[in-house]
Amino acid sequence: MEGLPILSLMMLVPLAGALACLVSGANAARWIALGATLVTFVLGIVLWANYDIGGPQWQFPEEANLFAGFKYSLAIDGIALMLIMLSVFLMPICILASWDSVTKRVGEYMAAFLFMEVLMIGTFAAQDLFLFYVFFEAGLIPMYLIIGVWGGDNRIYASYKFFLYTLLGSVLMLIAMFWMVAKADTSDIPTLMEYPFPAEAQTWLWLAFFASFAVKVPMWPLHTWLPDAHVQAPTAGSVILAGVLLKLGGYGFIRFSLPMFPEASAQFAWLVFALSMIAVVYTSLVALVQADMKKLIAYSSVAHMAIVTVGLFAFNVQGLEGAMIVMLSHGLVSGALFLCVGVIYDRLHTREIARYGGLAINMPYYALFFLLFTMASIGLPGTSGFVGEFLALAGIYQTSSLVALVSTTGIILGAAYMLYLYRRVAFGGQTHADAAAMPDISAREWIMMAPIAAAVLWMGVYPESFLAPMRKDIATLDARLAAAAPASDARPATGTPRPEAANALHHDNSEHTAAGEGAH
Amino acid sequence: MDFAPSFALVLPELVLTGTGLVLLLLAAWGGDKTARQIAIAAAAALFVAGSLIVPGLHTGGNGPATLAFGGLLKVDSFALFAKALIYLAAIGALMIAPAFFAGPAAGTERGMRAEYPVLVLFATVGMSIMVSANDFMSLYLGLELNSLSAYVLAAILRRDTRSGEAGLKYFVLGALASGILLYGMSLLYGFTGGTSFAAVRAVLTGEMGTGALFGVIFVLSGLAFKISAVPFHMWTPDVYEGAPTPVTAFFATAPKVAAVGLTARVVFEVFGGQVAAWQQIVMFMALASIVFGALGAIGQENLKRLLAYSSINNIGFILLGLAVANAEGASAMLVYLFIYVAMSLGCFVALLMLRDEEGALYETFADIRGLSVTRPAIAWALLLFMFSLAGIPPLLGFYAKFVIFQATIEAGLVAFGAIAIAASVIGAFYYIKFVKVMFFDEPTGVVTGRSETGHWVLLFLTAAIISPLGYLLTPSLTDLAGKAAASLFIAV
Repeated sequence: MEGLPILSLMMLVPLAGALACLVSGANAARWIALGATLVTFVLGIVLWANYDIGGPQWQFPEEANLFAGFKYSLAIDGIALMLIMLSVFLMPICILASWDSVTKRVGEYMAAFLFMEVLMIGTFAAQDLFLFYVFFEAGLIPMYLIIGVWGGDNRIYASYKFFLYTLLGSVLMLIAMFWMVAKADTSDIPTLMEYPFPAEAQTWLWLAFFASFAVKVPMWPLHTWLPDAHVQAPTAGSVILAGVLLKLGGYGFIRFSLPMFPEASAQFAWLVFALSMIAVVYTSLVALVQADMKKLIAYSSVAHMAIVTVGLFAFNVQGLEGAMIVMLSHGLVSGALFLCVGVIYDRLHTREIARYGGLAINMPYYALFFLLFTMASIGLPGTSGFVGEFLALAGIYQTSSLVALVSTTGIILGAAYMLYLYRRVAFGGQTHADAAAMPDISAREWIMMAPIAAAVLWMGVYPESFLAPMRKDIATLDARLAAAAPASDARPATGTPRPEAANALHHDNSEHTAAGEGAH
Repeated sequence: MDFAPSFALVLPELVLTGTGLVLLLLAAWGGDKTARQIAIAAAAALFVAGSLIVPGLHTGGNGPATLAFGGLLKVDSFALFAKALIYLAAIGALMIAPAFFAGPAAGTERGMRAEYPVLVLFATVGMSIMVSANDFMSLYLGLELNSLSAYVLAAILRRDTRSGEAGLKYFVLGALASGILLYGMSLLYGFTGGTSFAAVRAVLTGEMGTGALFGVIFVLSGLAFKISAVPFHMWTPDVYEGAPTPVTAFFATAPKVAAVGLTARVVFEVFGGQVAAWQQIVMFMALASIVFGALGAIGQENLKRLLAYSSINNIGFILLGLAVANAEGASAMLVYLFIYVAMSLGCFVALLMLRDEEGALYETFADIRGLSVTRPAIAWALLLFMFSLAGIPPLLGFYAKFVIFQATIEAGLVAFGAIAIAASVIGAFYYIKFVKVMFFDEPTGVVTGRSETGHWVLLFLTAAIISPLGYLLTPSLTDLAGKAAASLFIAV
């Protein structure tokens, strides 16, 4: 393993695949894309297997002075490892999801996805502030094309909105980055994570970074691009958008905002809480009345990501771990839910909930998978959703019981809209003949769904596998944040302990006990 | 006085002038039949002139050894860097011309006129003198040599009314700008008693009088005209649209480099002691150009007009580097210029390649609908150029904006930089519209014609520079631009 630049290799394989796809025919492009993503996934497993839990914070470092102004420098910690794993895991599934449904310009489509994969791995592994920005921002180009070329009817509006929203957020972050680099005289992310920026400057820097990450997450009221983009994107585009791209915002908070500007983060924690509380309640209610399945899931994404931001700004270990697990879980579950929508969309070409019904009768296996992912989205114990949401809410409860109270309604509302969706799609009578005639999932769809289902259950039953690599990094972050953490509203008053238990019986001195009881 | 060292310093200009004169004679004898050979000879002369400056470019030079003809010209690293760019852009403009003039786009006069390459050569000599001017006299000389050649170039399709109109507009407004510039120079001469940059600078110290301030403002206004910065930009869209496309490509690249280089030299070397006097003016022009260039482009249907507004927008970013008023800013400006030349040249080559069976040119949005299906290679190249112009990483256009904004922030102009970068998002709107039309709309399939090899070569070359591969060039580019910028700040 020593000396093998595995992170670069993980980016090189999809890059080569993308270039090959651009010049090859439709069928060849499909196989090339699948092969490249699978090889990358295997490399990802090698990466995880060789990751030394409890070892140095930054592993697999690579560095080269290729450019002027910034360095090509990669390394990962546990947090980045998990998010890279999520990306490389979802990618082959995305390619499979587009196998039959994308028929026009297949080569370019597959190339766009492979470019996305390169950029996502790069974003999570970048160790240089500007290199991070390059990867972070470059994702706009393939995503713009994916939405615009292969999207639905209103794709042009959605693609413009997606592009301009995200760009405006990011350029302000770039200005802040210039200021930080000029101040700290380095663009090395680990150094900057420990650099003490003056508190008054932190306010502005935090806001500039917030402008970018809040759009990416997305937080209410900057979320409006998301439903449009999701509805118009092809299935695999939605999976990547919900599965990985939204995580860039959360990753940004945990990698930049929190460690680099702890004081400002504490100062603005209430802003984040307020926006997140509104998001949880408001977008859940909006999800409840959607007639379009993809829109419903898109709004539920906003609500789930609000739990992530609440957990991140809880300033304690449970909150941070919970936020990370919610991100991973949401990546899997919402991705899977979009796949479920895609499966029936491919058959009937409509996302309108009312056009379906009684699918449990003619598509039992589909109904089973859909149920599992619905339950995971609600946060049923045993699924990944429960672990993450429980930890995140436990974390925020230590900081603010009010925020915990309001955020928890999200789980109740989540159950409402997801179960309502499931009832209308899978249960009830077969009211539409064409929906009733749809065949159950094919072998290809089995291959897409089963691994996600397995991962969801694994994370739900034994989350330690996923928490262990991140534990040390989150502890480091927590230590960095400890000094700035906002005061908790839970103020347990420490009473003087009784000398003995309240119900202790005193056999030898019965009259004293009787007098004591009488005194109350 | 020994002129040998001076002649050695201006050897590239001598080569170009000599070749230009000989080719002019050949053109007169041989007529338009020899136009292609003359173009090749002119490009070769530019290449030779360019290779003559390579050693100086690498070693870097400044100080008294770079002064020629008693201080009229100054051939320092800055001048060499600008000249290299100008020669490259001129070669590009020569490469793309013959195919255009051979097609029906050239109207009733098919075939390239033999004067075209000769005029390009003379304009290039003018630009060479502009960037190495060290005296207001040589400045004006170079400027007019360039401008007069350019007026004729704009109107070179004599029977085409649009071309004639462009030439006339360019001439009238250009003459006005020259007048303003001359008036400013005369004021400066009156108040300082000298025309050489060093002499003017020596007097312009401390508190500046109103008369001299007017001189500074008039000189800057005249130069702003030449670089088409807001509020002196209004001629640009008309001239760009009307002039034949290869000429537009030439206008958008080489003269821009020369005029920006000249402006940089004037503000740093002449007004270097009065930064406060011009910094606000340049800042205003920069922000106004970014905003108006972006807003003006939004409604355009004609691609050449759109690129004209885009060039105004880009000039705004270049002036941003100038407004920083230090060596980092100047170096960033030069890096931006290099990348801008590659992007503009690429865009115009791609436009020239959009033609129908007969070879007629297409130049509106309606014509390039669905280009990605009919002509994928051109469409993908244009996509790279558009995202690059919008400053989206990982394309090289991002690096151009990156260095400019880095210099701005490091100089402490944080609010200024933040406003400018937010305004740059407006510009992104029409660049992505370009991509939308080519990639998202249904193809109309009007673009069918074949393209020349020369076009393909230039398109792939510029696209390769703009692509992420271009980042590998950045270390040497930064090194050269840094040397060039440093030479501006060494008072002789």
